[in-house]
Amino acid sequence: MSQVWNIFKRELASYFATPLAFVFIVAFLFATGVFTFYIGDFFRAGRADLQAFFMFHPWLYLFLIPAISMRLWAEERKSGTLEILLTLPIPIWASVLGKFLAAWAFAGLALILTFPIWISVNLLGDPDNGVIIASYVGSFLLAGGYLAIGAAISAMTSNQVIAFVVSVVVCFLFMASGLPLVLDAVSGWAPQFVINTVASFSFLSHFQSIQKGVIDLRDLVFFAALIGFWLFVNTVLIEQRKAG
Amino acid sequence: MPQPLIDINGLAKTFGPIKAVAGVSFSVDKGEVLGFLGPNGAGKSTTMKMITGYLAPSAGSVFVSGYDVARDPIGAQGEMGYLAEGAPAYGEMTPHQFLNFVAAVRGFKGVEKERAVAIAVDRTQLAQVLHQSIDTLSKGFKRRVGIAQAILHDPPVLIMDEPTDGLDPNQKFAVRRLIASMAKDKAIIISTHILEEVDAVCSRAIIIDRGAIVADGTPGELAARSRYQDAVTVEVNSTDAQGARKALKALPGVNDMLDISLDGDMRGGGAVLTLFPEPGQRLIEKVSALVTERGWKVRSLVAESGRLEDVFRACTTADAGNGGAGQ
Ligand SMILES: Nc1ncnc2c1ncn2[C@@H]1O[C@H](COP(=O)(O)OP(=O)(O)O)[C@@H](O)[C@H]1O
Ligand SMILES: [Mg+2]
Repeated sequence: MSQVWNIFKRELASYFATPLAFVFIVAFLFATGVFTFYIGDFFRAGRADLQAFFMFHPWLYLFLIPAISMRLWAEERKSGTLEILLTLPIPIWASVLGKFLAAWAFAGLALILTFPIWISVNLLGDPDNGVIIASYVGSFLLAGGYLAIGAAISAMTSNQVIAFVVSVVVCFLFMASGLPLVLDAVSGWAPQFVINTVASFSFLSHFQSIQKGVIDLRDLVFFAALIGFWLFVNTVLIEQRKAG
Repeated sequence: MPQPLIDINGLAKTFGPIKAVAGVSFSVDKGEVLGFLGPNGAGKSTTMKMITGYLAPSAGSVFVSGYDVARDPIGAQGEMGYLAEGAPAYGEMTPHQFLNFVAAVRGFKGVEKERAVAIAVDRTQLAQVLHQSIDTLSKGFKRRVGIAQAILHDPPVLIMDEPTDGLDPNQKFAVRRLIASMAKDKAIIISTHILEEVDAVCSRAIIIDRGAIVADGTPGELAARSRYQDAVTVEVNSTDAQGARKALKALPGVNDMLDISLDGDMRGGGAVLTLFPEPGQRLIEKVSALVTERGWKVRSLVAESGRLEDVFRACTTADAGNGGAGQ
């Protein structure tokens, strides 16, 4: 476990060693602002809640999270530092977990920095802060799900651009499987349980259910299982790479 | 019988159709510095990557301090320091941060950690660049960061892939001296294609070619296989050249003669004749006696010793595999 911590610290520090962290956080805050105020019509809605703000997170993350995760392994493969990482006495799972947690903490930091919006709604009205907290938790879990997918995909290539594009596509599939667009396409011919299964894999349905203000155990289990599964895939991919 | 620190048996690695390493066996004991020689693409780096657990072998086994690298890579890696080819390092970190990270991973804490880092920094003379990002360092310093990282935990086994590649002569000298200073209580493997390095630091050398061992012995033993071992080179002037050619060639014990004629404008003409002995023959006494007897004007008379370079060329192919050192 101490190796997870060592990896975590090194990774997290590496975000801040370059302007990357700054650029990302600014982009994130800017994009959430644009979505919330212009597209989400935050003011005219006349409601004191953050629904407009959270509604766009799945879409925002679709591009911003792969931008974080793309470098996780691809960069190490490219620069040759993977050879250092894998010849130090660190179990591969510990590297996988440490890197993931660092990226997740970083995404969490960006999310926390949106707090002025929260303060604003409290000044403007009387929002249900329980719902808002639940939504933040949901958004954080959502980011974790995207990150776990992106990290595993980053482990397959030494090209960050490829890692980014493939991650966006795969994350989109996971998100969109709950959209009417996809469900309608399936519902014409597939039996109900297939439709339910497809829908149950969707980030969107789980995120939306958390956004209502109740953190259901099923939603937690969903995200935990999803993250666990992709981290396992990540570990296997790195292990496989040894075979050459 | 105690097990050698590094024990390798039938090690092989294939990449698709490429046989990078084709069944290599050897062992290295404490106190030995093994020079791993071979042309580009011979399989040196691939072998080292398998020893350090970065690549899984297609066949064969590696034991390091008794740990099976395939079964217990973490155990084995704890016993090893590794300088990978090109000394990769996290470029955005400073040497200080990087070495502290490695020290933490190696299990050092607090004062111990500071001490381990300080010693490694001192031995590799990194003090002046300690807080500068590794990306901005010169090649020589980058290499030293890689070496510092490898020796930080004073490991019983040290694997270094071309530790002096790309360094200037002073830096090469410093690295060789460092390796020599650690030799006594470690098992060290260094790969190189610089043959003088072998004489300078290695107690033993293995030459590999196309993934297989083609020679194994002390630098002296290997050099002795050279046809230059106990050969004699005489430089005679033009008046004596013709006679000397004939007489020397006919000398008993001479197996072959290399005859380089010098033009008139080169040192006033004449010839440089190198006489190669038949196995076990010594020629120098016979040649010098003949020179005195005939009264030849000799510009130089040299008793040759074996040349590693010659052995290297004789037992390796010009361009092994596809010659790539690529990843
Ligand atoms: N990852 C790889 N994939 C395919 N071929 C490789 C790989 N690594 C090395 N090789 C090939 O294996 C052979 C040995 O390479 P290497 O061990 O790097 O040689 P050396 O270090 O002696 O120069 C070369 O032909 C090289 O092209
Ligand atoms: Mg090499």
